[in-house]
Amino acid sequence: MWTWFFRLASPPHFYALAGRLSTWLLAPAAVLLVIGTWGGLILAPPDYQQGDAFRIIYVHVPSAYLSMLIYVTMAVAGAIGLIWRMKLAHAVAASCAPIGASFTFAALVTGAVWGKPMWGTYWEWDPRLTSELVLLFLYFGYMGLRGAFENLTQADRASAVLAIAGVVNVPIIHFSVIWWASLHQGPTLSKLEAPSISGDMLWPLLTMILAFTFFFLGVLAMRVRAEVLEREVQSRWAQDVLRGASPVGVN
Amino acid sequence: MAAVVQSSGQDPAAGDSALGPFALFRVVFQRDLQVGLRRWTDASNSALFFILVVTLFPLAVSPKADVLRMLAPGVIWIAALLATLLSLHLLFRADLEDGTLEQLLTLPYPLGWMLLAKTLAHWVMTGVPVIIMAPVLAITYHLPASAVGILTLSLLLGTPTLSLLGSIGAALTSGLRGAGVLLAFIVAPLMLPVLMLGARATDLALAGEDVTGPLYLLGAFLVLAVSLVPVATAGAIRISAD
Repeated sequence: MWTWFFRLASPPHFYALAGRLSTWLLAPAAVLLVIGTWGGLILAPPDYQQGDAFRIIYVHVPSAYLSMLIYVTMAVAGAIGLIWRMKLAHAVAASCAPIGASFTFAALVTGAVWGKPMWGTYWEWDPRLTSELVLLFLYFGYMGLRGAFENLTQADRASAVLAIAGVVNVPIIHFSVIWWASLHQGPTLSKLEAPSISGDMLWPLLTMILAFTFFFLGVLAMRVRAEVLEREVQSRWAQDVLRGASPVGVN
Repeated sequence: MAAVVQSSGQDPAAGDSALGPFALFRVVFQRDLQVGLRRWTDASNSALFFILVVTLFPLAVSPKADVLRMLAPGVIWIAALLATLLSLHLLFRADLEDGTLEQLLTLPYPLGWMLLAKTLAHWVMTGVPVIIMAPVLAITYHLPASAVGILTLSLLLGTPTLSLLGSIGAALTSGLRGAGVLLAFIVAPLMLPVLMLGARATDLALAGEDVTGPLYLLGAFLVLAVSLVPVATAGAIRISAD
């Protein structure tokens, strides 16, 4: 009954599945991106305080949300790899890191661009901005540690330990605007309360968050395919794929 | 190690001749302290670096008393953190190279407990000189006596935590060549709360306000580190010693 689940851990099966999944993930991402952008840039009314400058929220918030989600994904994948010794979990963790670092960078830059007209400054050493910057350092440290090992198994396990040690930063980022008096505004979306943003601005934001998430998963599937192929390059299924004899791996 | 087990009065031929936990801690701690003292120049490097960094600021920023007084908590704490980072590579490298670390792995004792003893010995060699030098340097920064006392107390509570957190990074990178800056980069984010709390406690003392909050938090971090870090470091050592 659980065969389909265990088959996922097999590199050739995952390679084929990820190939199919990436189209099924990136197509909705593109559609949602268009809808969200149109809704955010054209349909949503200007903010009564910030005018049109608030619209960068439609890039900034999804990027920041993903930067944290991806780090947690990386840490969980690393933990699964450590505990159950699944090579594929380590491959997923390795593939997450550059994507997460890019989104963290995007969040910081779009935040700075938004901050200049709103707060009068590109940067402030307040808890949320600083902890997001620390997240960027954590990603770089992860990628650096991974690259420093020659033995792939050691690299996998050492970076998994590092990712798990660093995951404590993610709740700090998330709760920083509640725990400390911060220049950054408080939470807009909350699980239990009504959102503090008007409905016609809210739906493009949720659409963009969903779009970015689909985009991340689609790109992750593509990266994991490449990572798995690279790790298993000596095996027969990989040689078949590379020779073109079997384009999608084992089905 | 075997000779020490025999001489502790246990009969190794009998069934369970294990060392008790405190005896084991003492054995590992004493051995590491002895080895460290033999190479005391390694450890003194971090104390000298601490003094150097603290000396640079009045020369480059300003020698005026009010400026220095304002800078002192942060500068002295940053220098202590940098000195810790610089000395971390000493913790496991020598033992990894001559095979002692693998011997530790094969012993029937909890690895985390033994690593805690090693890290304590390392802190005595590298952290305690910093704590001793800090009041002297704080006086050169024109800090009043009350603030100097709180600074020293915050360092006493904080530097063991820094050494412990650093031991995770040292364990992860002990097998790597030229991983000095990488080690600093991966442990520094973990050390930030301790740095901020220690500097803040001293700042509050300087302003004459209540310092118990940050000091309690520093103590909490120390207790947390002592209980959780050895687990992580043991895992990391097992990975590196493969």
